[in-house]
Amino acid sequence: MDPLFLARLQFAATTIFHFFFVPLSIGLVLHIAIMETMYVVKGNEKYKKMAKFWGKLFLINFAVGVVTGIIQEFQFGMNWSDYSRFVGDVFGAPLAVEALFAFFMESTFIGLWIFGWDRLSKRVHLLSIWLVALGTTMSAFWILAANSFMQRPVGFEINNGRAEMNDFFALITNGQLLVEFPHTVLGAFATGAFLIAGISAFKLLRRKDVEFFKSSFKVSIIVALVSSIGVALFGHQQAQYLVETQPMKMAATEGLWGESGDPAPWTVYAHIDPETGQNTFEIKIPYMLSFLSYSQFSGEVKGMNELQAEYEQTYGPGDYIPPVRTTFWSFRIMVAAGSLMILLAMYGAYLTWRKKLEVPHKWFYTAMLWAISLPFIANTAGWIMTEIGRQPWTVFGLMKTEDSISPSVTGGQVLFSLISFCTIYSILGIVMVYLFVKVIKKGPNAEKKSDDLKADPFAKEGYHVS
Amino acid sequence: MSLNELWFILVAVLFIGFFFLEGFDFGVGMSTRFLAKNDMERRVLINSIGPFWDANEVWLLTAGGAMFAAFPNWYATMFSGYYTPLVVLLLALIARGVAFEFRGKVGNEKWKGAWDIAIFLGSLLPPFLLGVVFSGLIKGLPIDGDMEMKAGLFDMVNLYTLVGGVTVVMLCLVHGLMFTSLRTTGDLRQRARKLAKKLLIPLAVLFVLFAVLTVIETDVFEVRGIILSIVAVIGVVVFLAAGYFMTKQRDGWAFGMTGTLIFLSIASVFIGLFPRVMVSSISDAFSLTVDNAASGHYSLKVMTIVALTLLPFVLGYQIWSYFIFHKRVSEKEHLEY
Repeated sequence: MDPLFLARLQFAATTIFHFFFVPLSIGLVLHIAIMETMYVVKGNEKYKKMAKFWGKLFLINFAVGVVTGIIQEFQFGMNWSDYSRFVGDVFGAPLAVEALFAFFMESTFIGLWIFGWDRLSKRVHLLSIWLVALGTTMSAFWILAANSFMQRPVGFEINNGRAEMNDFFALITNGQLLVEFPHTVLGAFATGAFLIAGISAFKLLRRKDVEFFKSSFKVSIIVALVSSIGVALFGHQQAQYLVETQPMKMAATEGLWGESGDPAPWTVYAHIDPETGQNTFEIKIPYMLSFLSYSQFSGEVKGMNELQAEYEQTYGPGDYIPPVRTTFWSFRIMVAAGSLMILLAMYGAYLTWRKKLEVPHKWFYTAMLWAISLPFIANTAGWIMTEIGRQPWTVFGLMKTEDSISPSVTGGQVLFSLISFCTIYSILGIVMVYLFVKVIKKGPNAEKKSDDLKADPFAKEGYHVS
Repeated sequence: MSLNELWFILVAVLFIGFFFLEGFDFGVGMSTRFLAKNDMERRVLINSIGPFWDANEVWLLTAGGAMFAAFPNWYATMFSGYYTPLVVLLLALIARGVAFEFRGKVGNEKWKGAWDIAIFLGSLLPPFLLGVVFSGLIKGLPIDGDMEMKAGLFDMVNLYTLVGGVTVVMLCLVHGLMFTSLRTTGDLRQRARKLAKKLLIPLAVLFVLFAVLTVIETDVFEVRGIILSIVAVIGVVVFLAAGYFMTKQRDGWAFGMTGTLIFLSIASVFIGLFPRVMVSSISDAFSLTVDNAASGHYSLKVMTIVALTLLPFVLGYQIWSYFIFHKRVSEKEHLEY
């Protein structure tokens, strides 16, 4: 087996799986922090109950996010040692800072939050969950700083055949990072929001714990609305940045082989034939690509054939066109899912505003339940577009994927790890969905089982409601 | 002291911190199998490390991140060279991490039993594998002139590294039992004390065996003979003190001594390595060192500033969290897991 193919497959599989849980954690913890803040400010027990109930889902999810993240940090060295040697000087720094700054913070304060309900004052307990929220978001910042370097390398010089950092500040103010970080984090907020909104909608449909889920729905639909619109705005920023810095990815995203013409139309649908380098059938909306690329209704976008010729001039002979169909369709899937999210969030916010949540909206509540999947689809498609669209590079313009792999690791070894990781991840996925369903079915008012009662019924804290 | 040396020390400190902290929760995890007599005791054990294990594991992640940032070649050679053992390590850590969270979520006995196995193996395998890996670093591995480590099974697994692995496991177990004696009450606490004391003898045998093999199999006593001999003498004193405090039932002091033993053991590995980070068995010229494996000066400088700014806060809130949860865990209390 080809070790390069297997290593790429493994990186894709483990990263996609990891990134189901990460955005959900970031999104859920924000909601829990908001709910607990309302509890502390308003003193209403309902909000404490909300924080605890959604907290249960968060903790199950957080555990999977944490353990699948360990692989992420290790596999650069394990599978991509030549890459690690080449960029470690620059790329390793944000990873180390992520661990030092974010991982310690979230792991320590999550422990304090879980076990500290009775041992910390209300305010310190509240501070703990906000620090977890800050930790998860900062973690995203640092790992995206590393990823942004791969998309648009800055703050380095080539010395002794490797990239060495010469400007840390440039690294963390990378233009790519400034659009990628808000886009990704708002997407994460939306992921948490749609999960809470979807489950709440389902419960409202079944008329269970109506008060509780109405309040949960309200909080989450506001976050859903703000974040899903924000994602789109920063997505637009990112597209404009892409035209400047990675025009090939943009051209592939558009399935644009030749000149776009001016003004450039946007292709909604295309039959792409990468063999011959043309599209046999296209549906286009005039002006739209110009708008997407420059926020105005004029302007030309370069096609892949022209860019290929340019890149051959700059980087030498080779194929610089990424897998076009994957890039093209993942972008459209992301945009479609994101647009649906905005529409649903707007309607949900409208219902909340007009106080119509208790009127049965069967179609809408059912749609919201299914819409839980939308942010996951959008997140995954977005990352596939970003990473596949960068090919053949790992670090754009500096290092190719085929040169990044570990020379000492054999195909057999990677096959073994790929199968092992996929197996354990499948088990984790199944168990997690099962536990989620179980917690949701039980609802917020589930009685604790008798073995959770303390042995001494007369002790002060004899009965613990959680 | 150059920045390269400082970062070598920092990486060592992170690994020592990791083994000291996660060491006891590995030990507690292992002991769930044979120290706990029933489900309730098992839960008490798991809850005693509940608020800490995750943050303890971050020490390993930070050590990995620090290696990547400060010594990219060390990170690249070691992680790709030890590919398969690290895969097993990751599987073990994954299973263990979710097991703590998942175990109590369903009342079914088979469910709990399955996660109990995950907790046991997930606590046993990582210290063993890391022991094997670290003893390999000082024994020497087939690293060629391109810094590629092409190790066969017996380069990685041999008498020396096996003894290293078992020693780390035993050390973590005793350390974990002392932690249990500090965090629990009643019969469970007594049994933990008793078992810890009993295990001191095999631990002593392992230490002596490992020391003798180190003299035979490695060059570290030739390179750092004086300082390592001093560390060894201190080690003997600390070991005897651990035994003394265990007999006197001074649990806190005994825990401090087992922790010091971990500190001395891991520190010895790094002292023996310095200024190398990985010893090549092919040629001394191919060994990775704090110089040829390191990042550039600018990168190290930035990382130094960041690390020295953040570390006091990290240590501060971690110590604070241990202070918050200083109370003993017992069946009489609400158990989260």
